[in-house]
Amino acid sequence: MRAKDAVGRYGENVAARHLEDAGLRVLDRNWRSPSGELDIVALDGTELVVVEVKTRRSDACGHPAEAVTELKLRRIRRLAAEWLVAHDVHPSGIRIDVVAVQVAERGAARVERLTAVLE
Amino acid sequence: MTVGRTHAVSLVGLAGHLVEVEAYVARSLPAFMLVGLPDASLCESRDRVRAAVASSGLTWPQRRVTVNLSPASLPKSGSGFDLAIAVATLAAAGLVDPAAGAGVVHLGELGLDGRLRPVRGVLPAVAAAVAAGYPRVVVPIGNLREAELVPGASVIGATSLAQVAFRYGAEIAEPDDVEPFTAARPAQPPPATRDLSDVIGQATARRAVEIAAAGAHHLFLVGPPGAGKTMLANRLPGLLPDLTDAESVEVTSVHSLAGTFDPADGLVRRPPFEDPHHTATAAAVVGGGSGIPRPGAASRAHRGVLFMDEAPEFSGRVLQTLRQPLEHGELVIQRAGGTARYPARFQLVMAANPCPCGRSIGTTPDCHCTPMARRRYFSRLSGPLLDRVDLQIDVLPVTRAEVAERGAGETTAVVAARVRAARALQTSRLAGTPWRTNGEVPGRWLRDRLGARPGLLTELDGSLDRGILTLRGADRVLRIAWTVADLAGRSAPDREDVGTALALRTRGQSGQ
Repeated sequence: MRAKDAVGRYGENVAARHLEDAGLRVLDRNWRSPSGELDIVALDGTELVVVEVKTRRSDACGHPAEAVTELKLRRIRRLAAEWLVAHDVHPSGIRIDVVAVQVAERGAARVERLTAVLE
Repeated sequence: MTVGRTHAVSLVGLAGHLVEVEAYVARSLPAFMLVGLPDASLCESRDRVRAAVASSGLTWPQRRVTVNLSPASLPKSGSGFDLAIAVATLAAAGLVDPAAGAGVVHLGELGLDGRLRPVRGVLPAVAAAVAAGYPRVVVPIGNLREAELVPGASVIGATSLAQVAFRYGAEIAEPDDVEPFTAARPAQPPPATRDLSDVIGQATARRAVEIAAAGAHHLFLVGPPGAGKTMLANRLPGLLPDLTDAESVEVTSVHSLAGTFDPADGLVRRPPFEDPHHTATAAAVVGGGSGIPRPGAASRAHRGVLFMDEAPEFSGRVLQTLRQPLEHGELVIQRAGGTARYPARFQLVMAANPCPCGRSIGTTPDCHCTPMARRRYFSRLSGPLLDRVDLQIDVLPVTRAEVAERGAGETTAVVAARVRAARALQTSRLAGTPWRTNGEVPGRWLRDRLGARPGLLTELDGSLDRGILTLRGADRVLRIAWTVADLAGRSAPDREDVGTALALRTRGQSGQ
């Protein structure tokens, strides 16, 4: 496994723990379809939350959340529909969250959650 | 999340509109939206503001920042909104005290290093802010002296965004003194010592220039090359009285917007002088440009002199565009981006050769131009335009006898004193009317004022009958006659004054 993939994996674990601490129920992780991958799918009450996790080791290339582009959000929106077709879950609504994880040299990673980013 | 609020000013022509700048920081993906009808140049402000905030030692909020410029229906342009956008954003992000910047007008362009660059049009912008009830203004230090010229404004000059943010309570180290950007001094020719006594001979032309100065009449000089037309025209502004306070603010505002004003010298107190080259386009003379049109030479000559040397060489279109300002004293320029109104009450001075070769003048013309060429040369100066020019005289070549008499000519100071006295007479006579000089007064008022004086207007009526003068031309002669009388200190023109005026109007052809 390459270093960047390890960082990503670590970030997703941090993000999943953060969501569970916030009272969300994680349904699925790293769900793949031919057109892409969803990092985390969770339920917030009756609302389905599709979470994109972005992890960065430094600010050199900007804030992690900046890397989530419009194009990427639209792909996630499409994947969310595919995920619903494949699973027997009937949420009251869908939203997309972004969790930005900034890994520190030492100590705990900084986690920020941005909710309902696609309008 | 709070909303950060501050103010800026948008200039449309010389009219400033107060713009409220609001910023909202939403917990969403990082983005920077600028709404409220910004044009392309204003949209670039986003990148400057972001870089300037980072350079000031502050953290740009990694959120969705929406900046709104309201009223949203008013088109906005230019870089002068940078500081207001930055302050509103910092306030919304909680990085500075939101109350500190509220109700203050911020003007200025930001450099990527966070320093404040001076902008154009600060004088009219600050005046508009004060008029709208917002006397507290922050401007780039390079514009401080200009902004302080506005009465009633409480102005703070800032060198950098960091300095402003620190004053508003940002948690950054007190910024060091950075080298401030100063306004580029507009290139100005060294003030040449232009004295009327430099002009050799030309008694008639000097008199015409004096009358033009005294009554604010337009002037048309026709003469061969080298006779001194340009010299005479250059010396006209020196004869004009100082601008009044209200005029100074108007003139300075136009020059501030045009970028031809050096704030180090304070308000423009002397009548400006503009001499566009004859290849000038209509946009250069009356104003133009993309989006909101900017003032041209005619507006920069407001309350001063617009000198058009080699007038027949100007394109016909340029000459025709001058008819509107000559009639109304202002220019209304309509473009897709909006309508701009600029004052343009200038004194027009035109100079021309009598024909393309320039020698067809005096009693023994040594000219080889064909009659057709001569006609074509003058046809550009259409009747309607020339009809509006009160004084039309021939400037004859200087003879050796006149050169020998050199030194007899009066100096600018002597003539300017007479002009001031004549202007004072006009001011007292025209008190209570909308006019201030003879050059503005309509003919009817002058006729009524003159009353019935038998014999006074015989010569004038004769010229009218023979078709040498139009009715408007006759009115112009009357105006000049009043000015001649004012210069002589008489209470009303006599027959001789009317005769002088007639000769100065018709290039000496009335007797032929």
